[in-house]
Amino acid sequence: MERILIIGATSDMGQAFAHACALQGSSIMLAARNEATLERVANDLRVRCEVGVSTHTFDVLDMEQHEAFYASLPERPDGVICFVGLLGDAVKCRQSFEAARRVLDTNFTGVISILDRVADEFEKRGRGWIVGVSSVAGDRGRAPRYHYGCAKAGLNAYLSGLRQRLFKSGVFVMNVKPGYCRTKMVAGWDLPAAMTSEPDEVARAILKALRRKQETLYVRWMWRWIMGVIRLLPEFIFKRLKI
Amino acid sequence: MEQVVNEMQNQKVADWGNYPVVEAETVRFDQADQLQVALGKPGEVIAYGNGRSYGDASLQKRVIMTRSFRSFLSFDAATGIVCCESGALLAELLEAFVPRGWFLPVSPGTKFVTVGGAVAADIHGKNHHVEGSFGAHVLALEVMRADGSVIRCSREEHPEFFTLTVGGMGLSGVIMNVTLQLKAIESAWMQQQTVRGSRLSELMDAFESDEDWTYSVAWVDTLAGGDALGRGLLMRGEHATAEQVQGRSVGAGTSQMKINVPLFLPNGLLNRGTMKAFNSVYYHRNQQPVRERLVHYESFFYPLDSIGNWNRIYGRRGFMQYQFVLPRATGRVAVEVILKKIQASGLGSFLAVLKLFGEQESFISFPMAGYSLALDFPVCFEVFKLMKELDAMVADWGGRLYLAKDARMDEAMFAKTYPHANDFREAIALLNGGSTRFSSLLSNRLGIT
Repeated sequence: MERILIIGATSDMGQAFAHACALQGSSIMLAARNEATLERVANDLRVRCEVGVSTHTFDVLDMEQHEAFYASLPERPDGVICFVGLLGDAVKCRQSFEAARRVLDTNFTGVISILDRVADEFEKRGRGWIVGVSSVAGDRGRAPRYHYGCAKAGLNAYLSGLRQRLFKSGVFVMNVKPGYCRTKMVAGWDLPAAMTSEPDEVARAILKALRRKQETLYVRWMWRWIMGVIRLLPEFIFKRLKI
Repeated sequence: MEQVVNEMQNQKVADWGNYPVVEAETVRFDQADQLQVALGKPGEVIAYGNGRSYGDASLQKRVIMTRSFRSFLSFDAATGIVCCESGALLAELLEAFVPRGWFLPVSPGTKFVTVGGAVAADIHGKNHHVEGSFGAHVLALEVMRADGSVIRCSREEHPEFFTLTVGGMGLSGVIMNVTLQLKAIESAWMQQQTVRGSRLSELMDAFESDEDWTYSVAWVDTLAGGDALGRGLLMRGEHATAEQVQGRSVGAGTSQMKINVPLFLPNGLLNRGTMKAFNSVYYHRNQQPVRERLVHYESFFYPLDSIGNWNRIYGRRGFMQYQFVLPRATGRVAVEVILKKIQASGLGSFLAVLKLFGEQESFISFPMAGYSLALDFPVCFEVFKLMKELDAMVADWGGRLYLAKDARMDEAMFAKTYPHANDFREAIALLNGGSTRFSSLLSNRLGIT
């Protein structure tokens, strides 16, 4: 039975993923900041699926503690997935570096801080998988949310490097770029239905991609093409566009 | 992310019939304190689950979306008693508990309704004549009232409030969690018997000849006329025992949809020609007068769930379902007269669902001992006139219409056909004194609120 550590487990996608894992009989370690929510999510899974679920308090911004957190886990995970992310307020990010740093640390620095610990262990052990949930926003920096975008771009580069490093050790690294997904992060946004996935759909897609050893996952197919085109646009055109 | 946010949004909201469509302010919540905040805002408000009631029962200018509030809270494997939050779907209960040998005590025709909605509309299923409505199996509820206080109720604790909430169409408060008695099963399969009835009286005889079957329902071909008026197939079923399914996979079945209707089809695509052909094939597919086989519970209970968004086949204008029940004594004649009238109008759907209910005591729940018939009507001008005429017939024969499917009945009809209408209205008025009031377009139209 596979043991999976889910970081950012109380997010909508994290919860959906935990549920999907529980349904396939994996045992689950949930990590997130808010203890009360964590307990609620864990109880829900226990009632639904009768699987082993443990909870672990984790704050992505408290980087000092990451090493101790990971070392103190009572059991070693076979796979680790990180759903942590913060969209932030784009205007505030421009005005205050405090706000910008929060976005950068949550999406990038803090994620690296914890995944590096995981990577070391998995490399030594010679097996395991690591999934980082990044974003299509990291594929090219765009005016509306480039602080978020650049952090995710950094995460993309990190995951790509990590994959190369861990390849010889037999550790699999995946990068998930969900595209629009109906979660609290985009609460109140008017999103095009055809391009917007549900958290359950993201969860199922990740599990499927893990089975197939797919390295980069765009959840709805059109996103791969849309981002492909956006990446290819010459800068002199791109900078004039409102996308 | 763990920010406590109350998602608020203005959007177009409709129920399953896609009629009416209203512009509403919607609020989502996944924790009780968020619901409390949402109810702090004065005005008229109603809970909205998965949008599977048909008309306007869960529509209002301000709508509280319960779908994200769906945690499972507890389950006792010895007794089969489960407690979950109201936004969980029946499908989620099936997914979790069928593999462990427990089934829903009452299943409607779709598993995509929320538990809260099932309680509020006190839904019925194919086993009503034996096991009653959904509410009969609810052991306890927690309901948030307009002032943000939570009331726990059951048949022992605040029994009046409990009675008012089960089948109360969401007007007593927002149902937060439901404690439900599940039903033990030995397999995920059903022993199904299909009986052919070559006319309405034959179908009804079949219903009445054997009321011991736990589940029974009939599909009626509404296009067949003359001697064949009301011909159809009666389906009966029992949960298959472990012995009966030996050698078969006892898998739970998944909730994946197989087909989807991606967009609204042109209004009027379903016409009499194509449907007459379809019905004939469907009816004659069953060659023997009585046929028995083993089928999975999904196809027995939820045949339409395998077609996602099937409501779109009626076009963007939407459709209305007309479901009435008539007392058993008058039903046999009356259903036939009504069928003839619908047939003469040429407006009704090609299939209707016929069911014999058992007794039920409640405030404004729909079922009563007698025959219930449900038909779809694509929305168009003439339909309203026809339904008005049908209303008069149903009322004269002592019947009534199902509120969860209604979008148009008038106040007088409701008052005349629901014997406790006035008591219910008065009880709700007592509860609804504050600045935040529970009401839906349905309850406004029917003069309840």
